[in-house]
Amino acid sequence: MQSYKLFDHTADIGMEIFGRTPKELFAYAAEAMLDVMIQDSGSNETSAESEMKTFSVEGRDREDLMANFLREVLYLFNGKGWVAGQCKIMECSTKRLVAQLIGEPFNKKKHSIKTEIKAVTYSGLSIEKVKPGWRARVIFDV
Amino acid sequence: MITNWCKLERLDDNRLLLPQTGGMRVPGIIYANEKIYQLLQGDESTRQVANVAHLPGIVSYSLAMPDVHWGYGFPIGGVAAFDLDSGIVSPGGVGYDINCGCRLLATNLTLADIGERLSNLTTVLYQQIPSGVGSTGAVKLSGKDQKKVLEEGARWAVKAGFGTMADLEATEDGGAMSGADPEQVSARAMERGKQQLGTLGSGNHFLEIEVVEEIFDETAARVFGLRKGQVNVMIHSGSRGLGYQICDDYLALMVKHSQKTGIDLPDRQLACSYLDSARGRNYLAAMACGANYAWANRQVLMHQTQEVFEKVLHLSPRELGMRLVYDVCHNIAKIETFNIQGKMKKLCVHRKGATRAFPAGHADVPAQYRSVGQPVLIPGDMSSGSYILVGQQKAMQETFGSACHGAGRVMSRTQATKVSQGRSIARELADQGVLVMAASKGTLREELPEAYKNVDDVVQVMHEAGIATKVAKLKSIACIKG
Repeated sequence: MQSYKLFDHTADIGMEIFGRTPKELFAYAAEAMLDVMIQDSGSNETSAESEMKTFSVEGRDREDLMANFLREVLYLFNGKGWVAGQCKIMECSTKRLVAQLIGEPFNKKKHSIKTEIKAVTYSGLSIEKVKPGWRARVIFDV
Repeated sequence: MITNWCKLERLDDNRLLLPQTGGMRVPGIIYANEKIYQLLQGDESTRQVANVAHLPGIVSYSLAMPDVHWGYGFPIGGVAAFDLDSGIVSPGGVGYDINCGCRLLATNLTLADIGERLSNLTTVLYQQIPSGVGSTGAVKLSGKDQKKVLEEGARWAVKAGFGTMADLEATEDGGAMSGADPEQVSARAMERGKQQLGTLGSGNHFLEIEVVEEIFDETAARVFGLRKGQVNVMIHSGSRGLGYQICDDYLALMVKHSQKTGIDLPDRQLACSYLDSARGRNYLAAMACGANYAWANRQVLMHQTQEVFEKVLHLSPRELGMRLVYDVCHNIAKIETFNIQGKMKKLCVHRKGATRAFPAGHADVPAQYRSVGQPVLIPGDMSSGSYILVGQQKAMQETFGSACHGAGRVMSRTQATKVSQGRSIARELADQGVLVMAASKGTLREELPEAYKNVDDVVQVMHEAGIATKVAKLKSIACIKG
């Protein structure tokens, strides 16, 4: 199953993400956001500077948790110039998750920026249980 | 007239009424003629106009300008005013790019003065003015300087040597919004702002060289210093990562506390705080910092532009005669006074993709323009150039002194990218007499001219409605994009 697809939004970018479990849904959402933003040169090898970051995020409910989680991942890039490659959700409840990201500092030789995402919006944000698993809809301000 | 979810009533040739239903506290009014109305079909913006009408303390109407399109929370092109005692302020109603705005620079030149050097001029502008995602500026700020930028805006830039006092007089709010408090800005936002002063940004931000093609209002054009054939520069940029972060921080905070405030929201992106609350006041103080950063940014961008023109064309400042016509913001919340049912009332006006359009005689219009009214700067798509309008009294009666801010998108970025496959947008624009340089081909595709409404149609609605009337049309000849 494809983990995400884009849907039309006049001003911004809409994204629909699918996962078999909530843990997978959140991990795929972060990876999908990065996929829209950054293009890798194709090499799967991690660089010498590759490092792991672990953090927890809280939210009022699943939707809020999604917004807060994605804005943390986005800040790592926009604020710290750090690009996450892989994402694993270690713990996940309705209001809290623990994420483990493997990534590296932004490197012009390795990464190129496709789209600038300014922010994760709450507009039309939804998380639903669907037949094969879970579906999230997120609109990004670009 | 039926949209996919509600019934709109035509009030006159240029206005539609969205009747008050359900939890709406006021009706909505959308400025649209039939042509623009047709483009709204299938767009979620009418629903967003209704959603804004649910917010506490909203006064008179939830408004949409003719460039309205689907945004997040508020529609883009949305205007709403709130009572200071019972009303709210919403970061989403200002937008992520706080004080995104336009700045128009006039010169003494005509196209003949530039001649074949246009290509070189555009290339050097592109090289000297940082644009594109993640670009950093020539101005590196220390923590102390950055605080000053947030407090003093364009005034800081002029003191630091980027411009003159005359520039400040031709900037909305004199280039510095009062009430700015850097203490209300997060460390994350400060961090993001450190290296981005003097950068254009990406997406729809641009720097264009434009020529005055047509004058509609001789008197106002003379007062604004515009004449046919004159070469001008239009800059569209905002508060960069610092502004985005301020919006994001306060939005998260307001969503977190929205249950406690008891405000029923049809969309979480409308999260807000009462104006008469610590959180509401803190947001306004942080927002003013974002607005000031944007004014300083556009001031530095103007200075860089002037330097490039002088260097490439071998002109002295006097010969070039570059001066600021006006600088307006179009993403902002401001405390302004309006006559509401015979009483003068201070209100918090949210303009989310809308330009202030104050009339002749208003104290907030620079003295040099007060006899005709405030210049209103309306850029169109890359191929069409821009309009300069002038604010009218009717704007004070109907739109809280506001007009449209651009052409407004009709096509999503994904759609625009799809329809432009296999085409060279730069070549198509060159055929139309516009030289384009962009950091990313993707941006050019997304910003395809047909992705926008026709700016002529949008401006005509404002003109015929008597909100802001046409002064001049400028044709783009060169464009730099992020």
